[in-house]
Amino acid sequence: MKKLAILAGLLGLLACIFVPTLLKNHGIYLFTYWLIYVIATMGLNLTIGYAGQKSLGHAAFFGIGAYTVAVMMQAGYSFWLGMPLAALGCFVVGLALGFPALRVQTIYLAFATLGFNTAVWLVMRNEEWLTGGTFGINNIARPEAFGISFDGNLAYYYLVLAFAVVLGLLLWGLLNSPWGKAFTALRDNPIRAESLGVDIRGYTLLSFAIGAAYAGIAGGLFGSMVQFIDPAPFTVEASIMMYLMVVVGGPGYFLGPLLGAAVGVILPEWLRFAQAWYLFVFGTAVVMLMIWLPDGLLSIPDRIRAKRQSREASAARAAAGQSGVKA
Amino acid sequence: MTNSNIQPVLKVTDLKKAYGAIQAVGGVSFEVRPGEIFGVIGPNGSGKTTLFNSMLGQITPDTGKIELNGQDVTKLGPLELNRLGVGRTFQTLQVFGKMTVRDNLIVAAQEHQGTMFSRMFAPSDSDLGAKADALIDQFHIRHVADKKAGELSYGQQKLVDIAMAFMSEPDLVLLDEPCAGVNPSLVGGISTLLKDLNKTRKGSFVVIEHNMDFVMDLCHRIMVMVEGKVMAIGTPAEIRANKQVLDAYLGS
Repeated sequence: MKKLAILAGLLGLLACIFVPTLLKNHGIYLFTYWLIYVIATMGLNLTIGYAGQKSLGHAAFFGIGAYTVAVMMQAGYSFWLGMPLAALGCFVVGLALGFPALRVQTIYLAFATLGFNTAVWLVMRNEEWLTGGTFGINNIARPEAFGISFDGNLAYYYLVLAFAVVLGLLLWGLLNSPWGKAFTALRDNPIRAESLGVDIRGYTLLSFAIGAAYAGIAGGLFGSMVQFIDPAPFTVEASIMMYLMVVVGGPGYFLGPLLGAAVGVILPEWLRFAQAWYLFVFGTAVVMLMIWLPDGLLSIPDRIRAKRQSREASAARAAAGQSGVKA
Repeated sequence: MTNSNIQPVLKVTDLKKAYGAIQAVGGVSFEVRPGEIFGVIGPNGSGKTTLFNSMLGQITPDTGKIELNGQDVTKLGPLELNRLGVGRTFQTLQVFGKMTVRDNLIVAAQEHQGTMFSRMFAPSDSDLGAKADALIDQFHIRHVADKKAGELSYGQQKLVDIAMAFMSEPDLVLLDEPCAGVNPSLVGGISTLLKDLNKTRKGSFVVIEHNMDFVMDLCHRIMVMVEGKVMAIGTPAEIRANKQVLDAYLGS
């Protein structure tokens, strides 16, 4: 099973390396866009899916990351200085946003984070001296490293892929350390977790902070990809979209963001034929998904397994009942 | 066990807690000795749960003092108390449904090892696999060890719940109605398990329970609470013979 998973992972990675070479610019753009959202929603999956904290402010971190890198590069600093600063800045702001979560949960927390996103968005729109306001920031350059330029679309795609792979492996390592269990315990039952010595304050704050740092890095990559940013992609609506990506993929499933981001980025492309009806089709698909698969696409194998087990268990009970043995 | 020079594991002195005009706990004092199984009984509304929640740091008492191994812990929260060696179970089931039984046990002790930072680089099972397996065998839940806890029957989940409280080798375990909702055939099993754990692990237990046969059979000493006050403390035989207790509680 484990070998199979590694093999599938390698095949997937090979596909990510070779498929874009066959694509035109728009295809490469879509792949890059997808991977950037994969990075952002990986972080959000930690906050929502693993630690159970309802956050509707993720696009704010995406924006903070994008503006940090853009402003730094405008000021003449390197992308490679702006990027860690974006991650660190988002980590710190994310830590701060975690504090409301220590007092309120569920929909109340969602509204608190939504308010935060609105506030950040207003700063982006109004503080023209820093962000360029609604005119945004133009001509954001693409980076280079060790004499390799990532200016070309395919080259930049590979840079984003490298980021996604490294950040994915780091998250995988974190979730397979005792931290993963602590986050899950926090999500499933915080009162019980605390009674077992799990520092729920610490893990709540860090789930926000680490999730925010991932969004910040994704935002930095986004700014450099589109080479122009304004406040539009960092609204509450974008946060809701990211939340939806996590939910569609499967919150608490490590590979959920791969699917969820694909649905969020690629499905709108496929639905172009529907034109004005696009949002109607998309909305209907989401409603049906929420009804039949509230735990996301990746919960399908688990559901099949659970169904088979309960069938086997009831068959076993029936057999035991016939032979008069008490199960 | 009558030697008063032995320091009690838990010492509660004149504990009081009121909710508005209702005095839930009105001046309760008792000691739990090392290795003792101490039962708390009383009718509904007698203040058992408020007393329990105070001892566990869920609520802060109005006055009074709670000492754990001689240390004043009156104002500490659940997290600090657990780190100081207090384990507990809840009246209702509290397992982590989406984790396997083994992971439930591991997470019940992993935070007692190293620091938050060092745990980031620790192995997935925090080297607690052997300890978890020992409890899995003792609780006879080997056949479900790799199943998700939420998929088990109520009785099995109850066993996992109790086992979790013992993973971090606590000095004191507070068990809130360990037999609530458990079918009669399992009640005896839980009693035997708790007696075994008490012998092998040297811990002290405080048990709240309505099942009188269970309490009389399991506990070394029993405290009877009525209307927020202590009516009697004594061995099961003494409690059975106490006229006042019989009238107020057992007789009904």
